[in-house]
Amino acid sequence: MGKRVVFRSAWLPYALLAPQIAVTVIFFFWPAAQALYYSFQLQDAFGLHTEFIGLRNFSDLLHDPYYLESFKVTALFSALVAGSGLAIALLLAVMADRVVRGALAYKTLLIWPYGVAPVIAGVLWAFLFAPSVGIVSWVLRQTGYDWNWVIKGDQALLLVVIAAVWNQISYNFLFFLAGLQSIPKSLIEAAAIDGAGPARRFWTIVLPLLSPTLFFLLVVNIVYAFFNTFGVIDATTQGGPSQATQILVYKVYYDGVKAGDLGGSSAQSVLLMIIVIALTAVQFRFVERKVQY
Amino acid sequence: MRLKTLIAVLAAGLFSANAQAQTEIQWWHSMTGALGDKLGEIASGFNASQKDYKILPVFKGTYPESMTAAIAAFRAGNAPTILQVFEVGTATMMAAKGAVKPVYQVMKDAGEPFDPSAYLPAVAGYYTNSKGEMLSFPFNSSTVLYYINKDAFRKAGLDPAKAPKTWKELIAAAEKLKSAGQACVYTTGWPSWMHIENLAAWHNIPIGTKENGIGGLDTQFTINSPLHVRHLAMLGDLAKKGLFTYAGRTNQAEAKFYSGECAMMTSSAGAQANIRRNAKFDWSVNFIPYHDDVKGAPQNSIIGGASLWVMSGKSAETYKGVAKFFAYLSKPAIQMDWHIATGYVPITMAAYEVTRKSGYYEKVPGADMAVKQLTNKPPTANSKGLRFGNFVQGREVIEEEMESVFAGKKDAKTALDDALRRGNEILRKFEAANKG
Repeated sequence: MGKRVVFRSAWLPYALLAPQIAVTVIFFFWPAAQALYYSFQLQDAFGLHTEFIGLRNFSDLLHDPYYLESFKVTALFSALVAGSGLAIALLLAVMADRVVRGALAYKTLLIWPYGVAPVIAGVLWAFLFAPSVGIVSWVLRQTGYDWNWVIKGDQALLLVVIAAVWNQISYNFLFFLAGLQSIPKSLIEAAAIDGAGPARRFWTIVLPLLSPTLFFLLVVNIVYAFFNTFGVIDATTQGGPSQATQILVYKVYYDGVKAGDLGGSSAQSVLLMIIVIALTAVQFRFVERKVQY
Repeated sequence: MRLKTLIAVLAAGLFSANAQAQTEIQWWHSMTGALGDKLGEIASGFNASQKDYKILPVFKGTYPESMTAAIAAFRAGNAPTILQVFEVGTATMMAAKGAVKPVYQVMKDAGEPFDPSAYLPAVAGYYTNSKGEMLSFPFNSSTVLYYINKDAFRKAGLDPAKAPKTWKELIAAAEKLKSAGQACVYTTGWPSWMHIENLAAWHNIPIGTKENGIGGLDTQFTINSPLHVRHLAMLGDLAKKGLFTYAGRTNQAEAKFYSGECAMMTSSAGAQANIRRNAKFDWSVNFIPYHDDVKGAPQNSIIGGASLWVMSGKSAETYKGVAKFFAYLSKPAIQMDWHIATGYVPITMAAYEVTRKSGYYEKVPGADMAVKQLTNKPPTANSKGLRFGNFVQGREVIEEEMESVFAGKKDAKTALDDALRRGNEILRKFEAANKG
């Protein structure tokens, strides 16, 4: 109910929208179109010779065992980052929700990591875990554990997962906290009166009511794990050792910039775009059904 | 009348200032810290020595970053005049025939004297094509050397003046150091450069067909030779026994050495500056070890570092300035200054002689080890350098496979066969993209 705002002017709406559309076209559509264009070509680094080769870049990729290995690494990495990011943030939010004294201090401190750029987060954790000089490495060595992520791929993956999750927890935490605080207290109290313990209350009332937030965060976290973790990987392991942390988005950068293979790199970025669109579509189709609004 | 005169004078002044305008020459480089300061000094020295040309050095990031920026600038029609490109980018630059102007051409067109034989053979050979024409100007070249911690040697009962010459001796020393309580006994920087590329050159065996790629784009790697497999298997074995500690793909090993953590290290000659500044122990720099059962070893090592490329599409006047600048850089006094300040080798024999006569090598022992190793014997087809397309990627592939061996995941033969296969794919792709 209420008045509908109607623009009487014929050009004002378009003029107001123009800057945003310009930004989207120049920084999103144009590079994407160029990547699509390059993915069908074979060219040298300087662009002096280009040759149209159709889908050969794509078929080379799909037959490359290292590219397929990168798929597995990315899948594992995203599952770990999204899964632990959401779980830890939810735990922290539930705890923070119950605190009465110093609540503001906890909430502020828990939000700070989000303000740290991914590259800095990567460097920070790389120092803490550095095989020779890191504090955490020193503690691990005292307990007799051989910590050397420069050689052991599993440990390198653990390092980047920790750095990436640490960066993202605050974002998830904020949304979960807001979601928790919008649950009517009367519902919780009614359940308590009926004899439901805290765990039961959490699983049957809080979580279902939190599901819209959870679904939104799941989509955002998966996209984050696929794309925004580039800074962490570049600052720490650069895809090593032996490709143990070579996620798809890093391989796109590496093949395009360091290896000078623009055609292959563009093909990879096209495939990556298709994957993430598909993942998001799957999430909306199947997971959203379970969300209770 | 007065106003008109005033205007006329001003106009004349402006126009004459234009006529005397210097030709500005942009130079993109990747030298940081003290190296960058020294480079700036040399450029200023040239600018002060004449009025027609002005060199503008611009730091553009690391070697890969600067090369990427230059490629993008070239595509936009905005390339710099001079670009410092690292040695592994040589093949990419050489194949870009429309984008670069060969140095021998620049010097010839400008009438500047230029004698390739004045340069150290190991240096000139790297940047020369199969016709003997020099395509880029050598600027900062290093090689890989072997450093030992003399105090650690003394503690283990080894003679610090007798650094191991062969790999057998190194392993024996390593075992003694380990039993004396040294946690890390041997580490290496730049694993592929040291243990694959220089292993081949130092033992006079090829790394690839067609003179290690210098002879043509249809080169193939030969890095899975019996010597390579045996050497990598040896390293893997040492890693398992705790006698070799892998530190990373670039120069991470140097900090482990000068902090005293590791007693022996092979890495770039450029490490000396940092070691001198940070090491709190007695140390020495030596020739890299060799396998004494290989005929012809030790031969000579190959260089690392970078050279200066001249980009195409500039005016003739600009190229005259570039030629004058390169002639200035070739002066022995300038070379000596650069060599002493940075630890890079003196590029010309004349510069090496001048530095020797000045008594510098007595004052700073080990400073001439790099030149001595590069000129140990006249280079053969196997040891004058290498030229592989997209070798940035090629090296990383080799290093990935080496890492699998050090982690105990693959045996040396499988790893090198895989490296060969993957490396050759990269070479074929480069060949296809640069044909015609």
